[in-house]
Amino acid sequence: MDIHEYQAKELLNHFGIPIPRGGLAYSPEQATYRAREIGGERWVVKAQIHSGARGKAGGIRVCKNDQEIWSAADDLLGRKLVTHRTGPRGKTVYRLYIEEATVFDRELYIGLVLDRKSERVMIVSSMVGGMEIEDITESEPDSLIRTSVDPAVGLGEFQAREIAFGLGLESSQIGQMTQILLGCYRAFSEMDATMVEINPLVVGRDGHLVALDAKMSFDENALFRLPKIAELRDKSQEDARETYAADRGLSYVGLDGRIGCIINGAGLAMATMDMIKQEGGEPANFLDIGGGASPERVVKAFKAVLADSTVDALLVNIFAGINRCDWVAEGVVLAVRELNIAVPLVVRLAGTNEAEGRKILSQSGLPIIVADTLADAAQKVVHAWRTASTDAAA
Amino acid sequence: MAILIDQHTKVLIQGFTGRIGTFHGKEMIDYGTTVVGGVTPGKGGSIHLDRPVFNTVKGAVEETGADASIIFVPPPFAADSIMEAADAGIKYCVCITDGIPAQDMIRVKRFMRRYRAENRMILTGPNCAGTISPGKAMMGIMPGSIYRPGRVGIVGRSGTLGYEAASQMNALGIGVSTSVGIGGDPINGFSFKDVLALFEEDPETDAVMMIGEIGGPQEADAAQFVRDHMTKPVIAYVAGLSAPKGRRMGHAGAIISAFGESAQEKVEILKEAGVTVAPNPSSLGQTVLETLTTCGIAA
Repeated sequence: MDIHEYQAKELLNHFGIPIPRGGLAYSPEQATYRAREIGGERWVVKAQIHSGARGKAGGIRVCKNDQEIWSAADDLLGRKLVTHRTGPRGKTVYRLYIEEATVFDRELYIGLVLDRKSERVMIVSSMVGGMEIEDITESEPDSLIRTSVDPAVGLGEFQAREIAFGLGLESSQIGQMTQILLGCYRAFSEMDATMVEINPLVVGRDGHLVALDAKMSFDENALFRLPKIAELRDKSQEDARETYAADRGLSYVGLDGRIGCIINGAGLAMATMDMIKQEGGEPANFLDIGGGASPERVVKAFKAVLADSTVDALLVNIFAGINRCDWVAEGVVLAVRELNIAVPLVVRLAGTNEAEGRKILSQSGLPIIVADTLADAAQKVVHAWRTASTDAAA
Repeated sequence: MAILIDQHTKVLIQGFTGRIGTFHGKEMIDYGTTVVGGVTPGKGGSIHLDRPVFNTVKGAVEETGADASIIFVPPPFAADSIMEAADAGIKYCVCITDGIPAQDMIRVKRFMRRYRAENRMILTGPNCAGTISPGKAMMGIMPGSIYRPGRVGIVGRSGTLGYEAASQMNALGIGVSTSVGIGGDPINGFSFKDVLALFEEDPETDAVMMIGEIGGPQEADAAQFVRDHMTKPVIAYVAGLSAPKGRRMGHAGAIISAFGESAQEKVEILKEAGVTVAPNPSSLGQTVLETLTTCGIAA
């Protein structure tokens, strides 16, 4: 789960990470008022969306007076920002963060991630901040310092000092940096984060270190024990179809094709998408209905897929272990009747109660195309999709 | 024996009296698995599915001599259950639970390092379908009937895609020595490489089918292991050729976040290591058959 910059800053500030003075605004009036509260001569109006690279997309504006703040806020609120992270649909700005502008001499990078190879938290830092980590890795690989943290004892102060010296900080800044790193690690482990990134962490003209931007992501599997973090979720930043599905216990990812997929198991779902692609089609989505799916959950899966009006054909592919083909078949029949499905539907059922499931489909009298194998299912649905889209074109 | 489990393995069920533990406990017993009892804290002393229930894994091991355990405990408590099993002297543990926080698994892996390698419990999972040695024993949630006893090992992350492989092999008359699910989580127990090492040593396994997916470094590590240490043929498939970068595809670990984690890159790495890669998921069985034929091994 991602959160906004201002939320990440607030959380990290509780762990001793210094941040510039700032405040949240939902309107141009509030934005100018916040700037006056903060004081100073220059401010930054920052669009709050769940994405990096906001600057390049015009989401960060430096302003010198009320008038500039007002018009920046007026322009940004309600605007869709498209960055290379948001995908072409972009993300809408509903909140602004107004911050005092910081004058700085140096930009550094700090990131904490779960490293799958060492199965530990890894701290990545660089003296070349301000760019994205991928670009740093590409263009300045020698600047990267990687530090692995032993989960039994946590981040050692000596490790934090090594990083601070490695980044070429002055002796008066070593203590500050050590505290920032220890704070970031405590925040990461106490709040079940999967990522903490401060980029840039700047050395101000006054010699103080300040987090100018911050990003945090959290482990969704741990939200049960993090009620305060769970509250920070902002559904306006999520794909509406994915939110709808997730709220109903379905795992869904929207894609660009026009063949809707309803499958059980993440691996089989990916494999089915691969198979559709191999046959010359493009999947509209990834969808895993999970284990022990009731007929009702199957109907909800259809609703989630059909919420996307661009679906020209549908494929249900189930290999039931803890699922039951008869329940899935009942769900399919129910969905076709309830939702008036007009696009061709291919169903492949295998595993537990396969025969009963097939019987339910054939006795329904509905125009369901039944497939025997994975290959058969992919061929039939791609053929149906081609025919449907040709008809539409004609 | 096959690897990890056979008809002599004495199995405990942690989370025995719950709905899921009960359902799959019954299935495992019906399959012929030697289930010797279960653990549900607070229900010790009672009888469930004709088997004794214990409060602690230690108590259960003392009474029954259990050497393996399968975990159906809900995510908030599952990591603790794995450590309890390791501490009680369980040799092999399957964790089925999906949704364990990643940092809990980091702690589990660190905890297990306190045991010397020869005494360290083998863990497969979490978030997996389990392990089956067809005709001998089943520790998991898979439909046992689709696995024909035989001499090809299967190791994979995904449950249902593993079923797909087993049923395609079954249709071609190819049997399975043991099928091991390592699960879809980013931090897990045994990796592909660890399971491949077991199959390489197993006299009842002639070849291995490995089913990977996007995300993480384990397929690449396995490729290196195959190149340097495997004499038996390995056939692989990597799911997610059409998965976009940076999007989580269902499994907590199925996300392309670094170089070398996409399906295309993994396929290349595996091919370079001498692994035969199935061109698509509907030719898993066929690719195994062709490889066995080429190597002169009977199915």
